[in-house]
Amino acid sequence: MRGPVSELPLVFEAVCYAVGGTQILRSLDLTIAPGAPSAIIGPNGSGKTTLLRMAMGLLAPTSGRVTWGGQTDPAPRRRAILFQRPVMLRRTAAGNIAYALRQAGCPSARVAGRVEELLAQAGLSGLASRPARRLSGGEQQRLALARALARDPELLLLDEPTANLDPAATRAVEDIVRIAAQSGVKILMASHDLGQVRRLAGDVRFMSAGAMHESAPAAEFFQSAKSPEAQAFLRGDIVT
Amino acid sequence: MLKRLSLALALGLALSAGASAQDRSIVVASTTSTQDSGLFNHLLPLFKAKSGIDVKVIAQGTGQALDTGRRGDADVVFVHAQPQEEKFVADGFGVKRFGVMYNDFVLIGPAADPAGVRGQKDIVAALVAIQQKAAPFVSRGDKSGTHSAELALWKTAGVDIAASKGTWYREIGQGMGAALNTAKAMGAYVLADRGTWISFKNKDGLVVAVEGDRKLFNQYGVILVSPQKHPSVKKDLGQAFVDYLVSAEGQAAIAAYKIEGQQLFFPNADPGQRS
Amino acid sequence: MLESASAFHLILSGDPTLFAIVRLSLAVSLSAVLLAALVGLPLGGLLALTRFPGRDAVVVLINAFMGLPPVVVGLTVFLLLSRSGPLGSFGLLFTPTAMVIAQAVLITPIIAALTRQTVEDLWSEYRDEMNAMGVGPAQRLATLLYDARFSLVTAMLAGFGRAAAEVGAVMIVGGNIEGFTRTMTTAIALETSKGDLPLAMGLGAILLTLILLINSAAWGVRAIGERQAG
Repeated sequence: MRGPVSELPLVFEAVCYAVGGTQILRSLDLTIAPGAPSAIIGPNGSGKTTLLRMAMGLLAPTSGRVTWGGQTDPAPRRRAILFQRPVMLRRTAAGNIAYALRQAGCPSARVAGRVEELLAQAGLSGLASRPARRLSGGEQQRLALARALARDPELLLLDEPTANLDPAATRAVEDIVRIAAQSGVKILMASHDLGQVRRLAGDVRFMSAGAMHESAPAAEFFQSAKSPEAQAFLRGDIVT
Repeated sequence: MLKRLSLALALGLALSAGASAQDRSIVVASTTSTQDSGLFNHLLPLFKAKSGIDVKVIAQGTGQALDTGRRGDADVVFVHAQPQEEKFVADGFGVKRFGVMYNDFVLIGPAADPAGVRGQKDIVAALVAIQQKAAPFVSRGDKSGTHSAELALWKTAGVDIAASKGTWYREIGQGMGAALNTAKAMGAYVLADRGTWISFKNKDGLVVAVEGDRKLFNQYGVILVSPQKHPSVKKDLGQAFVDYLVSAEGQAAIAAYKIEGQQLFFPNADPGQRS
Repeated sequence: MLESASAFHLILSGDPTLFAIVRLSLAVSLSAVLLAALVGLPLGGLLALTRFPGRDAVVVLINAFMGLPPVVVGLTVFLLLSRSGPLGSFGLLFTPTAMVIAQAVLITPIIAALTRQTVEDLWSEYRDEMNAMGVGPAQRLATLLYDARFSLVTAMLAGFGRAAAEVGAVMIVGGNIEGFTRTMTTAIALETSKGDLPLAMGLGAILLTLILLINSAAWGVRAIGERQAG
C-alpha cells in the first residue's frame, strides 16, 4: 500500500482554485519541507481550509499544480488530516482507530496493539469501548487526532485543531501534536489562535484573500511582520 | 443480527424443502362453496387415512378453478357448472367428468322481505318480483358456478340484468361468504348455495326466502386434469381422489356430513361411471 | 380448520392449527425480508453512491415501487410460476416458496429506497473522512451499510410490516391451502368470507400483537446496539 515515496516536500506552484467564478486561491506558491510545525494564519475566508484540503489531495487545483515529494498523484500515502469538525464513525473509540489502521494497510495481527498505543497516546485508554459519538468534544478531537496518527503520517494537516475547545482540552490536543512533531511528523496547521501558533509553530505563513503574503520563522514573524496585511492582522484590525 | 438472519434463512429453506419433499400430495382447484361449507375438512382426513394422499385445496370460483386446471396448476378440479365442465373436457383440458353430488341454491333475503317473495315456491316469479320492486340484489359477479346459475335464472325469468347493473342489482365480484356479508349489510337478496348458507355464521337478519324449486338444483362434478396437456399432473394420485369421491365409501362420507343436523350435500354419482 | 371459538381461547389452549398458521406467516415474511434485504441493501447502497445517466429515473421508479399493489405483484408472480408460465417447470406455484418470492418482490423496493436515502445521508456526512482515509469504492459501500445498520433495521421492519400485513399476493400465489399455505392474513380473509367476524377480528388482533412484538424486539436490539456502538 505504502510506496517508498516521501510525501515531502509538499509544493504548491501557482495554484489557483475557483468555484463558480469565485476565486478562492490566487496563484499561490508554497513549499512545506520536513522540520518544525508550520502554521498558516490569516483571517476567516482567506482560503486556509481550501489550502489544507488541497494539500490532502481532496481538491484538485483549477490551475497550477500540487506535488508531494515530487509526485503529482494525489492518493494519500503517508499523510492525514484532522478536519475542523471531525466526523466520528458510528463505532467505538477503538473501532474508529482500528478502521483507520486497516485502511492504511496495517496488518490485522498488529491492529489491536496499535489501537492500544494510539488510545494511550491520546489519553483515551479508559474510553476504548465507548461509542465515539458519545464522547465529549475534547475527547472526540483527541480521538480524531489518534485516528489521523493511525495512518503513520509523514505529513499531518490540522484545520483549526482546537476551535471550540476549553483550555484543558486545548492543552491535551497540543501535547499530542507536540509529541507527534518531535517524533518527526511534519505538521501543517491552520489556526486562528495566535497563542497556539506561538506555542507550536516553527514557521508561519500568512495568507489573506486567497494569496500568500508572507513566510517567516515564527519568532521573526511575530516580532516584525513585513507585509501590511500581516501587520494589520497582528494589530487586530479587520482584514479581508 | 447475522445470526437472526441466518436463522430466518434456515427457516425459509426448511420450509421450501418441506414443500418439495411432500410428493404424495395433489392440488385440487375447487369452489368456495365446498371449502366454506366445511365439506373438505370432513372429507379430506378420511381420504388421507385411506390413501395416504394429502389434498391441497385452492378454493376459487368455478370459472377461476377451471382456469387453474387449464393452466396446469391443479391436478383435479371439483366444481359446479356442468356446461363449463363439459367444455373443459371437450377442449382436452380434462380427462373425464364425473358427477359427484348435488345440493341446492336458496334465495336469501332480508327478514323485512321488501319484494314480498318469502315462502314463494317459484324462483322465476320471485326474481321477477324483485326486479319489479327494484329491491336490492347482490350478485357474486365472479364467474363462479353460483354466478352462472344465477344468470341462467334471470335469463329464464326474462329479465335483462345488464340494464339494471349499478341500480338495484349490485355485482361485487367476490366469493359466497363476501356476498352474504354484503347482502346482510345492504338488506339485499342474494342467491346462495345451501351448504355455505347453513355454515355461514353472520346470518342475523337474513332468512331463506325461496327454496325447493327444481330449477335451484346444483350439481357438482369432478375432473382429472389432462396429463397429456400437462405432464406435471399427478395422474395416479389425482385419479385416486376422483375414484374415492364416486366410490360407495366416498359417497357415504359425503352424505354423512351434517351441520346442526342438516345434510348439506346429496351424493348422486352414477355407480356405472366409475373408472 | 379453526373452530369458531374466541381467538383468545385458541391462544390459551395452544391450538395447533393456529400455531401452524402463525409459524408459517412468520417464516414466509421473515424469509421474504431476508431475501429482499440481500437484494435491496446493496442495490440501495449502490444507487446512493453511484452517478450514471438515468439514475434519477431509477430512484423515482424505486420510490414509486414502494407502493406496488400486492395483487399486481401476486398476479405477476403467479403468471411466472404457473405451469403454463416461463418458470412453471419448477412447480413452485401454491407453495410457501412462491409466497416468499412474491413478498420479497413486494418489499425489495421498500428496503432499497429507504437504504438509498439512509446511505446517501450518511455518505454526505462521512465523505471527507473516508476520502482522507483512502477508502476505496467497494469498502465504502460495506462501511456505510455497516455504520447505518441501526437505521437499516427500520427499513427492514418497514418491509416486514408490509409483508406480514399483505393478503393480495400470498392469496394468489399461495392459494390459501389449509395447513400448507394458509397465513394469518389469508385466514382472516377466509373467516370473514365465512361470516365468522369475531374469529376474523381475533386473528387480526393476534397478527397485530405479533407485529408489535417483533417491532419491540427489533427496537430493543437497536437500542442496545446503539448504546454499545453508537
